[in-house]
Amino acid sequence: MTIKKTFWQKYEAWIWAAVFVLIYIWAFSGIPVTGIQAVAGEVTKSILNGLFHPDFSYVYTGDGEDLVSLLLQTLAIAFAGTLASAIFSIPFAFWAARTKKGGLHVTSSTGKLFLTIVRTFPEIVMAIMFIKAVGPGPFAGVLAVSFHSIGMLGKLFAEAVEEIDRRPAEAIIAAGGTQFDVLVHATIPAVIPEFISLTLYRFEIAVRSASILGLVGAGGIGAPLIFAIGTRWWPRVAIILLGIIVMVTVIDFLSGYLRKKLV
Amino acid sequence: MNTIPKKSFVQKWHVKAIIWTVIILALFIASCVMTGVDVGAFLTGFNQFMQIFYEMLKPDWSYVPFTIQPIIQTIQMALIGTLIGSIVAVPFSVLAARNIVTNTLVRGVIRFILNLVRTLPDLMLAAIFVAVVGIGPMAGVLTLAIFSFGMISKLFYEAIETIDMGPIEALTAAGATKTQVVWFAVLPQVYNHFLSYFLYTFEINVRASTILGYLGAGGIGELLQRSLGQFRYDRTAIVVIGTFIVVVVVDTLSNQLRERLQ
Amino acid sequence: MQEGTPIIEFKDVNKVYPNGTVGLDNINLTINQGEFVVIVGLSGAGKSTLLRAANRLHDVSSGEILIDGQSIVTAKGKQLREVRRNIAMIFQNFNLVKRSTVEKNILNGRVGYYPTWKTIFGLFSAADKQQAAANLQRVNLGEKLYSRADELSGGQQQRVAIARALMQEPKIMLADEPIASLDPRTTMMVMDDLKKLNEELGITVIVNLHSVSLAKQYASRVVGLRAGKLVYDKQIADVQDGDFDEIYDGKDQEVKGA
Ligand SMILES: Nc1ncnc2c1ncn2[C@@H]1O[C@H](COP(=O)(O)OP(=O)(O)OP(=O)(O)O)[C@@H](O)[C@H]1O
Ligand SMILES: [Mg+2]
Repeated sequence: MTIKKTFWQKYEAWIWAAVFVLIYIWAFSGIPVTGIQAVAGEVTKSILNGLFHPDFSYVYTGDGEDLVSLLLQTLAIAFAGTLASAIFSIPFAFWAARTKKGGLHVTSSTGKLFLTIVRTFPEIVMAIMFIKAVGPGPFAGVLAVSFHSIGMLGKLFAEAVEEIDRRPAEAIIAAGGTQFDVLVHATIPAVIPEFISLTLYRFEIAVRSASILGLVGAGGIGAPLIFAIGTRWWPRVAIILLGIIVMVTVIDFLSGYLRKKLV
Repeated sequence: MNTIPKKSFVQKWHVKAIIWTVIILALFIASCVMTGVDVGAFLTGFNQFMQIFYEMLKPDWSYVPFTIQPIIQTIQMALIGTLIGSIVAVPFSVLAARNIVTNTLVRGVIRFILNLVRTLPDLMLAAIFVAVVGIGPMAGVLTLAIFSFGMISKLFYEAIETIDMGPIEALTAAGATKTQVVWFAVLPQVYNHFLSYFLYTFEINVRASTILGYLGAGGIGELLQRSLGQFRYDRTAIVVIGTFIVVVVVDTLSNQLRERLQ
Repeated sequence: MQEGTPIIEFKDVNKVYPNGTVGLDNINLTINQGEFVVIVGLSGAGKSTLLRAANRLHDVSSGEILIDGQSIVTAKGKQLREVRRNIAMIFQNFNLVKRSTVEKNILNGRVGYYPTWKTIFGLFSAADKQQAAANLQRVNLGEKLYSRADELSGGQQQRVAIARALMQEPKIMLADEPIASLDPRTTMMVMDDLKKLNEELGITVIVNLHSVSLAKQYASRVVGLRAGKLVYDKQIADVQDGDFDEIYDGKDQEVKGA
């Protein structure tokens, strides 16, 4: 007895592979490889050299423009921005959450669309708009982080609301409670730990974005970094990179620890 | 007689919750002071903010044709960056998986590298790569490759850590080499996950690649930088709308494919 | 085929797990070519440990294990893989790659015969592909060659695992409770398959079982373990009905300690 593979069994993998290869031929055709500078090797060498000789004198100078102060400022931007955003996200989350089954969801769909727009709106552009409003500095950074975060936190909160167990709410309604009772006794207790955990997660991301917002003048460690890169001051770049790496690592660790403790 | 069990002092007064609230409030106030938060300034400056916004509400539609090529380049950068990142991620993720590599030193070193890479913000990588390879999409591709490598390696090794160990034993017992074990017992179990994470990373890379150009690393972000620099917010609006469409289309397509992979 | 020549020899084998549990306690056991050995014993007696020591899925703590006269305890790298190639194993949970086709799973049994790069490019010889189909027909599943493994029932999966094991052209077949998750009818099929390999191909079979009646039905020799010790070893002709009470009810250490 011989068994034949069907056409699809035989060729499916090949067809997908061909599609994949074609897409990539197209993709590579759009990226000029000639773009590499003649000095690339040299620059890499000086960067590596700089990385091994970080400019430790920058760590702390006491004038408020040193590494430690600016890293703290970066953290402050992320913290204030995230916390404000978490609070503002709550109403948006309830707007976008689909809590009833079936039918159309005009409310929740518009809410979700709004959050998607906010999420996609480039954070850098937002930062620039806020700089126009309040002038350059960390406050613009806080505003940019908090507005931008609403897009993501609102969505994550909404999903958390959608996923909560409906049974306690039903029990309260069955016992004659009002919608308000449901909110206070069932919904809020169920979502609070979830919200906190998501906020911590978002904080980790905010720390990363706060460390680059300085690129456009919105405070934090980004400005000296871009300045050092622009002037090819590699030892300075190196110490800033190290600082950011340490800061992010510590924050990720703390936040991860707290999130684990929450569940 | 019925006695109600007494709550401890800590429980009764929600001591923990109160302490945490106080800590967080203190940190918040400190952060606000440090960053010069000034609600008054925000309110008085708000019309400035809205003015940009109004200008953006009147997009310069004639600018659309100029955005097509950069948008295409953005997608191409994201595709290539994701590909390079994931190819490099495969060996790293295998070496980082607890159930494949029992040597804690090897695993520790690999994970350390991965954690390190994941701490670097994408725009920062872009700034550095622009300095190294010059302005242009190459810098963007390298940025995205490194950025997605860090993310995807973690997703990959977590997927590997959930596989069924049975086939590994079976292959080992049949006299397979380590490489054969990985190829025949590990990868077939995870490649659906891999593809799914590949697509997911591609989505993220598309988002990221739309702003890399702000620093000269290719793609639509260059127009963002140019229009903002020229205060042509009507053009910025076009770029933002273009970005939005691309992101939504890519997300939708990729989500559809990922659902089919389930 | 020379019956009666030793093919597996355990000499003073001890196994202590890293957490201190004694898996094997001074095992001396010689299994001859062509035997159908059933190992019985309570759960935790060390049956799996014994089988896994034989192909070195587990390292032993001390002692020597010879496969066809060659030590597997000291074998390394290529040498170890070649010894393993001659020892097929089937498992309680089948251990198939669920997402791969039956054909691929069966060919997995053959990888030990190829250099790594060839297998990675899927360069199995036509003869081996033929053999894979033939082995599947031997276990009466010929038409499932291109099905995905997770579309098969448990019994079918175990028979695919047997077909995979046969790809190794093994001299020895180890089976660790191969029927524990199967229904009675499928159990018979799988046990019959093993018996056929033993009788027709002369493969030495060693099976861990919990069922005494199956042991009596299929074994040519029954070995009993208790708390890591070898406590029973008889040819099937000598097995008495009451013997098994001794293996199962005999004072085992936990009871003694209590
Ligand atoms: N990886 C391990 N680490 C520590 N102890 C183990 C390990 N594997 C098995 N053991 C212990 O070794 C002893 C023998 O286990 P083994 O799996 O060989 O028993 P078994 O006879 O196969 O039992 P069963 O019939 O339940 O499969 C048991 O006490 C078990 O708890
Ligand atoms: Mg066992």
